[in-house]
Amino acid sequence: MIKPPKRKDVRRADRVFFGVIRSLSALIVLALVSMGLFLFDASELAIKKNGFVSFILSSEWDPVQDAYGALPVIFGTVVSSLLSLLIAFPLSVGIALFLNEIAPAKLARVTGFLVEMLAAIPSVIYGLWGIFVLLPWLRVHVQPFLISKLGFLPLFQGPAYGVGMFSAGLILSLMILPTISSIAREVFAAIPRIQRESALALGATRWEMIKLAVLKSSKGGLFGAMMLGLGRALGETMAVTMVIGNRAQIVSSLFAPAQTMASVIANEYAEATSDIHLSSLALVGLLLFLVTFVTSSIARILIWRVK
Amino acid sequence: MSESILKAENLNAWFGPVQALKNIDLEFSPHSVTALIGPSGCGKSTFVRCLNRLHEEVPGATAQGKVILQGKNIYDVAVDPVLIRRKIGMVFQKPNPFPSLSIMENVVAGLKLAGIRRKSILMEVTERSLKQAALWDEVKDKLNQPGTSLSGGQQQRLCIARALAVEPPILLMDEPTSALDPISTAKIEELVVQLKKNMTVIMVTHNMQQAARISDKTAFFLLGDLVEFGETSSVFTVPREKRTEQYITGKFG
Repeated sequence: MIKPPKRKDVRRADRVFFGVIRSLSALIVLALVSMGLFLFDASELAIKKNGFVSFILSSEWDPVQDAYGALPVIFGTVVSSLLSLLIAFPLSVGIALFLNEIAPAKLARVTGFLVEMLAAIPSVIYGLWGIFVLLPWLRVHVQPFLISKLGFLPLFQGPAYGVGMFSAGLILSLMILPTISSIAREVFAAIPRIQRESALALGATRWEMIKLAVLKSSKGGLFGAMMLGLGRALGETMAVTMVIGNRAQIVSSLFAPAQTMASVIANEYAEATSDIHLSSLALVGLLLFLVTFVTSSIARILIWRVK
Repeated sequence: MSESILKAENLNAWFGPVQALKNIDLEFSPHSVTALIGPSGCGKSTFVRCLNRLHEEVPGATAQGKVILQGKNIYDVAVDPVLIRRKIGMVFQKPNPFPSLSIMENVVAGLKLAGIRRKSILMEVTERSLKQAALWDEVKDKLNQPGTSLSGGQQQRLCIARALAVEPPILLMDEPTSALDPISTAKIEELVVQLKKNMTVIMVTHNMQQAARISDKTAFFLLGDLVEFGETSSVFTVPREKRTEQYITGKFG
């Protein structure tokens, strides 16, 4: 006869199991806290010397003159991210609608897989592709065209370098597209079938059904998807660094070189020699950390609520 | 018997390779209530969903045969299913108001799809439809609240009002009371009898007492076949078919 295990042994196994799982989860929280603490600690000098508020508001970033104002890189991050959202959000929602509501199942599987694969490509590959393929094309064809047609707008002035805010926004939009579209697909998939059927039964065309039953009910979730994409765009480093031109300045033209919070750290950390330079970069890092943390948290909460 | 308003001829339906309906012939006369009964999976829901061409919206689902609505076959290739669905209203098993719309917006959703935007008309139709659905008194002071804020029974009557708003000559109901409490069920049954004055009602039901109470005619489905169709009183008292008798006396199902 097989003896059942003693209750005590079972309880011990449970305890060990829970102990292991719990400490592993704690480790992740610990890592997060430690990053925050490290950044806070490393940026202390910059805060002391310049003050937090004046650091954010001062618009000169010039390591040679030991001037560290974060406004240009904040500007670069915000503008490049918003530009990428402007392009990627409608495109992603369109892709998600097409794949979930219109495309035949087989096509949806294949295309969906390819879109998700975009997220698997290393960021440095995007950067290389940007430098060798996208930038020359933009420089020769797109930018001169925009300058000649829309050059009266401050957004499209100056020489067509290829590198700059515009290119960074384009690359970023490609990179955040899979994030937004896969979340949008989940949001749409969470809408019950009966919702769609009741719209169709009322005499809705396919597009009217999508408006009435799908889009109207997924506003919150789509906003979450957008925020998650924004979170990714804000922090994206490698590809942006490779195509943005790396000049910390605030100018109106999208074709001018710029610098983001992430790219300034990647660019200058290795060469920063003075303590204040290092500390200022850490302070930029702390800002970026907080901003992306908050953005992604809001996004997650919105998406959870949908599910 | 008067001229039929809706008629299925040799109707077959499939889910992928599985045949759900086999050669159904069934006629519905105007201003009548027809109950479709039968055990789960017998094809009665699939049948009503073929009548407004909703069946084919399920991935892999197909239908063949004819459904004649006012003299025209709705399965004709030239027919736009969207226009058919505007003439044939439908109420589902689960109350399903659009969650992002208010009570009033839910009622007039079908009208808006048909392109009617005049505020005065929408208001008028809202009142008329909600009164018809016996819901007006309960919601007239909160028309701008979300439809999902109502109780289950109220939501179902809201869905009925939504279907009635476009004044369809035919109303399909797919087990409209199976998710509701007895009082809400009684209200909806009463309503169905009233609706008969203006339209033809075709109702799927699991509840044989319900079929006996409110329908003029009853069709009994089993395993995709139409076993028996006749006056409700005779189907329930002197069924012609052995299988009908077994079902209504509770021998299976």
